[in-house]
Amino acid sequence: MSSPSTLRDLCTQVRRDIVRMVHGASSGHPGGSLGCTDFLVKLYFEEMQIDPSNWSMDGKGEDLFFLSNGHISPVWYSVLSRRGYFDVPELATFRKLNSRLQGHPATEEGLPGIRVASGSLGQGLSVACGAAQAKKLNGEDRWVYTLHGDGELQEGQIWEAAIYAAHHKIDNLISFVDWNGQQIDGSVEDVMSLGSLHDKWSAFGWEVMECNGHDLEDLDRVFKAARAAGGNGKPVMVLMRTDMGRGVDFMEGTHKWHGVAPNDDQLESALSQLETSLSDY
Amino acid sequence: MLDFITADNSELEALERKDTRSGFGQGLLEVGQTHPNAVALCADLTGSLKMNAFKDAFPDRFHQAGIAEANMIGVAAGMTIGGLIPFTGTFANFSTGRVYDQIRQSVAYSEKNVKICASHCGLTLGEDGATHQILEDVGMMKMLPNMTVIHTCDYEQTRNATHAIAKHHGPVYFRFGRPKVPIITEVDTPFIIGQARRVMTGSDVTLVANGHLVWNAILAARQLAAEGISVDLLDMHTVKPMDEAALIESVGRTGCLVTAEEHQKAGGMGESAAACLASHVPTPQRFVAVNDSFGESGTPAQLLEKYGLGPAAIVTACKEVIAVKQGLPA
Repeated sequence: MSSPSTLRDLCTQVRRDIVRMVHGASSGHPGGSLGCTDFLVKLYFEEMQIDPSNWSMDGKGEDLFFLSNGHISPVWYSVLSRRGYFDVPELATFRKLNSRLQGHPATEEGLPGIRVASGSLGQGLSVACGAAQAKKLNGEDRWVYTLHGDGELQEGQIWEAAIYAAHHKIDNLISFVDWNGQQIDGSVEDVMSLGSLHDKWSAFGWEVMECNGHDLEDLDRVFKAARAAGGNGKPVMVLMRTDMGRGVDFMEGTHKWHGVAPNDDQLESALSQLETSLSDY
Repeated sequence: MLDFITADNSELEALERKDTRSGFGQGLLEVGQTHPNAVALCADLTGSLKMNAFKDAFPDRFHQAGIAEANMIGVAAGMTIGGLIPFTGTFANFSTGRVYDQIRQSVAYSEKNVKICASHCGLTLGEDGATHQILEDVGMMKMLPNMTVIHTCDYEQTRNATHAIAKHHGPVYFRFGRPKVPIITEVDTPFIIGQARRVMTGSDVTLVANGHLVWNAILAARQLAAEGISVDLLDMHTVKPMDEAALIESVGRTGCLVTAEEHQKAGGMGESAAACLASHVPTPQRFVAVNDSFGESGTPAQLLEKYGLGPAAIVTACKEVIAVKQGLPA
């Protein structure tokens, strides 16, 4: 693991990018993006075996990541650019006409790092299952990672994929749930409660783990544990506790910042809480 | 090949009959032999889709998806990321309407090289009834950017088309059916995506058909020939991209058009033909298609007759449109 301070600086910078991108577009989804920042920074900077400078759609020989809850595109775009998939200043085009940074991730504009469109929820786990099976058929010993919203688990296709992954023993697949307990209309508990996620995924034949999605050391532990559990005939699900809006006090812990852009004053307030800037775009 | 106008009835009756889905099954097996990266997925209808031969020959490349079509489409999209060519198999109904958003986002918009292979299309699925008789699938699929839409007429054409879509890079909707129908193309009849196949040349009316209705169009052309009416018959197996040049050339000679398909009039091949001609050479047209209704249980022959897709309906449509062309009351 890199020096925690380096990763933490990156996380702060990515959070600055997120609020500035959403403010610049006057639209977008800051809440979930801020909540998944630590996870994605850890994933892309320390966990995945990748070669951003030689990006290809097939990703042969590399680990793959699929963002199933595509609305948190701001965090993904920021992390991809900071990791070297494309130039950081392009973040300024987010959600604007003729941009490669579509509101929800897409392949059509050819943005490096994106391998399938997402946004209509519930589809990414199926795609990841196919990509993971292709890795096996091609004789590649690499991992496929996914991220899902907890509200997204209300989609039936997720559970079709869960059955499929267990049945076909897709054990090079490691999925994470952004377990923040919030969705657009309110708390997941109020909108459509999911019961015990741990028991559900376990009953569907997955190896299930939990972690704190804001504690870089705990993320380090769970990545190691997940890979250690992989390769044993079962896919792995990590239920990752997060706070929606993490890092900006007035956005934290509420569904109200799921898909709302900050105004000028709110942007200033948010940036004042995220002071450790590496360099803004 | 048989001259369908001069052949006598016994020669037509002697034509071998096979189901188009079996042409797919044979084609898939052959594609498996020529393309090591071809894989197949099926949603619990392996026998119905005739995918058993592929499954037996390449067990590691066959993936049972269970009764979960949405996931199957997503898995197929993911497999393309590793350079595989996935062929998904289920009924046309479950290949399209049930999974439209999965196809739209994960396949068409994402430009994934998935081959969506759909059997039991249209009314000729027969006794199962309207729940399974999809008549809207071509419309749904042709509206999707990046999607190629193919609907084949017999065993050999379906087998050859399976090879063609394996070689074509990009998403394809491939529609075929359940009943045994006469084999009217040859083993080596070229199948070129986007290029209509001329069945016969004529001068009085252009008749464009696809799928099972190519055979009914041939029967209609024979009857019309006996009455002195000459039919220019095109097999428009590729609905999208449509062979507009062939269509425009034909109506340029005949001045009128009948389209015949086992699909709703809305969203069908005839609608695409009308849109093409409206822009290039407005042409009187009659549509032989299902007219805004669901199907029902019955035998394939009974259903085609009841819903106005039989040879007699095509003959009537041709006579009507010729009358319109001539300025006579239709």
